[in-house]
Amino acid sequence: MAQHSEELEMAPDAAEAWPDRIYDLLKEHNIRQVALVPDAGHSRLIRRCEADNEMRVVTLTTEEEGVAQLFGTWLGGQKGVLLMQSSGVGNCINMLSVAVAHRTPLPMIVTMRGEFGEFNPFQVPMGQATPAVLEAMGTLVRRADRPEDVAPTVEATLRLAFNTFRPTATLIGQRVLGAKTFGK
Amino acid sequence: MSGTTIETGKTGKMKRRPLVRELLRGRENAPGGGLLAIGGLGAPAWDITAAGDVPENLPLWGGMGGAAMMGLGLALAQPSRRVLVVTGDGEMLMGIGALATIAVQKPANLSVVVLDNEHYGETGMQETHTRHGVDLAGMARAAGIADSRLITDAKDVPALREAIHAGQGPLFAQVKIDESSEPLVLPPREAALLQARMREAILGPEAHLQ
Repeated sequence: MAQHSEELEMAPDAAEAWPDRIYDLLKEHNIRQVALVPDAGHSRLIRRCEADNEMRVVTLTTEEEGVAQLFGTWLGGQKGVLLMQSSGVGNCINMLSVAVAHRTPLPMIVTMRGEFGEFNPFQVPMGQATPAVLEAMGTLVRRADRPEDVAPTVEATLRLAFNTFRPTATLIGQRVLGAKTFGK
Repeated sequence: MSGTTIETGKTGKMKRRPLVRELLRGRENAPGGGLLAIGGLGAPAWDITAAGDVPENLPLWGGMGGAAMMGLGLALAQPSRRVLVVTGDGEMLMGIGALATIAVQKPANLSVVVLDNEHYGETGMQETHTRHGVDLAGMARAAGIADSRLITDAKDVPALREAIHAGQGPLFAQVKIDESSEPLVLPPREAALLQARMREAILGPEAHLQ
């Protein structure tokens, strides 16, 4: 029998505060464009951004569109962030050369799959390769594996991107997203 | 110049250089401040450079498939400025999903013009899908970009130029051009410079203190 989708995806518990802390940080840093391909782990943050009239949420057909978009965003003097799941990192590889060559601030917040109690075999290859792929393309990568580490890590990622002009990423570990929402 | 005559090549189609020069003519007088142009990887980057290597140009040396989305990010960040993406059919096909994303965002100040020579010009003139009937303007229209034009005749270029400068888009145009290549007119290759000079042109010296 098919399982309900919410059992196959991993979303943070409604009581968890870290998605709201990420939103607060995006506001503090005056993030105006939020490019994303949805992930259940980002669902609460996405709702907060969509409710904010000062943020332009751009849903993408593929994550590399977001890398290109945020280059244009910075050209025009605004700041943006890219939200995606670890599988989406693989879709960005060559486009990351745009941020590297132009020295464009490019903060990414990545929810991890395929690494902690994963149910879906297809999530494992890219999940395991995510930090190596990002680092191979010149991205400064930091991880948060406990809820209380998420906000400080995201803040460091935003500061590194906009102060030092490069792609940066926070990887939010699958354990933080709540492995308990498994169906099995 | 009265009327618009754009030189044609052996195929009878418009040549790329005079076409791009005409689209950018008077760009400094576009409403909201000078028109900003992004040139997609390959010949379109050389074409916008040949029309004038100015800070308001961002010629791309890479990022194939990203030009239209770069235009979207820029258009959303600078809603009062006109943004024109000039790119090729191969580059557009690689990032074709951007047409859907742009259609949903509806940026009035963004125009995307595809110089369609039906070939990959930088790599030995292999045929692209448009050579075999793929209708980019039709795809853009189906995505929801209502003002999507297929242009094959120079007589339709003045109206295209006016619409780009007026900024009542989003606008998409697929312009069939002659496949002959033109002499290389290369922009600076240092991409950090290209980014910084456009930012300074838009934002002033504050660009470097953001």
